[in-house]
Amino acid sequence: MVEPEFRRFDTRALHAGQHPDPSTGSRAVPIHQTTSYVFDSVDHAAGLYNLETSGHIYSRISNPTVAVLEERIASLEGGVGAVCTASGMAALHLAVATLLNSGDHIVASRNIYGGAFILMNHTLPRFGITTTFVDPRDPEEFAKAIQKNTRLIFAETLGNPGIEVLDIDAVSDVAHAAGLPLCVDSTFCTPYLINPIEHGADIITHSATKFLGGHGIAIGGVVVDGGRFDWDASGKFPTLTEPYEGYHNITFTEEFGPAALSMRARAEGLKDFGACMSPANAFYLLQGVETLPLRMAKHVENTKQVIEMLDNHDAVQWIKHPDHPSHPDHDLAKRLYPKGAGAILSFGVKGGRDAGRKFIDNVSLASHLANVGDAKTLVIHPGSTTHQQMSDEDLETAGISEDLVRVSVGLEDADDICSDLSKALRASQR
Amino acid sequence: MLFSLNKKQVHGATGAVSFEGRSEPIVVLIHGAGMDRSVWSQQTRFLAHHGFRALAVDLPEHGHSEGPALESVAELAKWIVDLADYFGESLHLVGHSMGALVALHTAGYHKNSVSSVSLLGVGASMPVHPELQEAADANDVKAAQLITSWGHSTRHHLGNNPTPGLSMTGGTQALIESASSGVLGIDLMACATYDGALGSAEQIECPILFLLGAEDKMTPRKTAQPLIDTVSSSKSVIDLPETGHMVMIEEPDRVRQELLTHMSN
Ligand SMILES: Cc1ncc(COP(=O)(O)O)c(C=O)c1O
Repeated sequence: MVEPEFRRFDTRALHAGQHPDPSTGSRAVPIHQTTSYVFDSVDHAAGLYNLETSGHIYSRISNPTVAVLEERIASLEGGVGAVCTASGMAALHLAVATLLNSGDHIVASRNIYGGAFILMNHTLPRFGITTTFVDPRDPEEFAKAIQKNTRLIFAETLGNPGIEVLDIDAVSDVAHAAGLPLCVDSTFCTPYLINPIEHGADIITHSATKFLGGHGIAIGGVVVDGGRFDWDASGKFPTLTEPYEGYHNITFTEEFGPAALSMRARAEGLKDFGACMSPANAFYLLQGVETLPLRMAKHVENTKQVIEMLDNHDAVQWIKHPDHPSHPDHDLAKRLYPKGAGAILSFGVKGGRDAGRKFIDNVSLASHLANVGDAKTLVIHPGSTTHQQMSDEDLETAGISEDLVRVSVGLEDADDICSDLSKALRASQR
Repeated sequence: MLFSLNKKQVHGATGAVSFEGRSEPIVVLIHGAGMDRSVWSQQTRFLAHHGFRALAVDLPEHGHSEGPALESVAELAKWIVDLADYFGESLHLVGHSMGALVALHTAGYHKNSVSSVSLLGVGASMPVHPELQEAADANDVKAAQLITSWGHSTRHHLGNNPTPGLSMTGGTQALIESASSGVLGIDLMACATYDGALGSAEQIECPILFLLGAEDKMTPRKTAQPLIDTVSSSKSVIDLPETGHMVMIEEPDRVRQELLTHMSN
């Protein structure tokens, strides 16, 4: 039997999007620390500005170092293209702004990153875009919340902070039946744990700040274009299917077919809103992506050990991680995430808010900060930090109790992580 | 652009430049099996702004053109002749793979309809691997994967696309996956059963350009040689190193420039 032959995941994590620099032989991806690029001629310049020819003009629109990262993530996700942005939030905004107009509506999971919730619940309404939030565990809820003006279904592959597992296949079926694209934030998974496009997702956003970069050193985001959604058939996306005066009446689907979304996102949203990634950050993030498979394997392995330790600890009230049998999505996680459902978990400390605080104050190896996906183990108490702007009611619907502690399991020796958390747990009970 | 040919709707990309009121020569870009106009995205708009009316056409039942799909190279060539008649002038033809056979056949047997021809990813015969044909007939995604896997050179499997942020292999695969049910199978059969390439090449009188990838696994470089040797009209052969079958995607700049030079002469 003949089989298609592609470079495998680990190889692409190191090589996709790059060949050694032809003029210098540089093996590493050079940092093209430049704002702009010399044109060959007036005709060349005109062609670039008119999307007739490809190449770089100005680093807000594209940059050779950033382009390597974009192509690499597109390759790892199995998409047709990617656009890197200044942050994960900028990626989400770029996806929304490329597709939606004032008066449009989003149906989103209610268990999403606090910043994304605030963007959709408070900020986007100022620009005429409203959102209905639903329980990500029930695909029917997405279906019921769809309105005439709905243009996007949004959820996280693994939710925040209860690690709700999205049934991507089922929710994408709901979206597609309504002629809508499904956009998933796959920050917690990275392409190593799942390729959402294979399960029907149309757009993927990442906060590259997290596991993709993996070292807690650079903020960045990515929008990945799956290239499978039929914008023309849907008829709901004039930004892609109708002439755009900004570029001599180009119609992105007509000219770019499957890559319409990524081309419009760059030509309009990245260019006009300007939330581009810097070449230096792209370089840092690329170093992370090179070892993504190694790191993610260890992240999920360490997580299994932390879960086991917590499971046997007297001071732990409950554990939320899909790999734990008590998690409501345990079976779904086994199907979608055979390698492990990520390295972020939460648990309740016996004794509620006060015990939670004591726990945080008594960790010494783990760092108390507002991030996830660092090589180092991180802990946080969301109720008093990431989700503090939310009302008690919103907190509760987002599934955040006051005793909840979130852990992002790092790459230290698992025994050291476990003993640190265990000691702090004991201290929390005194 | 949307228009009606033989009472069927035809769609094509024109680089957003209307044909109305313009008199520049027309270049028609013809895609390969299971693909559509968008494979020419790196050439159409350029040609439309460099002295041509450019039409990257969706063949019947491809992209947004109405079906049914035509089942042989000769029928597709006849369709191109109808296109030339519709515009009332002879056309510059640019064809890739199956589209190259169509351009070749049109240029050989319908000389009045063709001013020049450019062939990319072409061979004197195009046998199709039986398992590819089988997967295509079954609308199995494996067909798209096989074409993507074979269609790009070793180098371009890793990308480094001159168009920032786009994945070459990802784009090829998504495009073929988007073909309507059964279309890829019909196209591949049309390629495999076409035995008129050398006969067409013998007839050709217009200038001809070959743009050939050295690492083309779908139509290996050596299978183009009999065609090149047979053509007696003015011919140019451009060999592209480290390039596979998807020439216009892998080497967009070179292809743009070579097409312009060839058609401007
Ligand atoms: C799931 C998720 N999405 C998006 C973001 C936002 O990313 P950034 O901080 O890079 O803007 C975060 C940040 O915490 C996140 O956890």
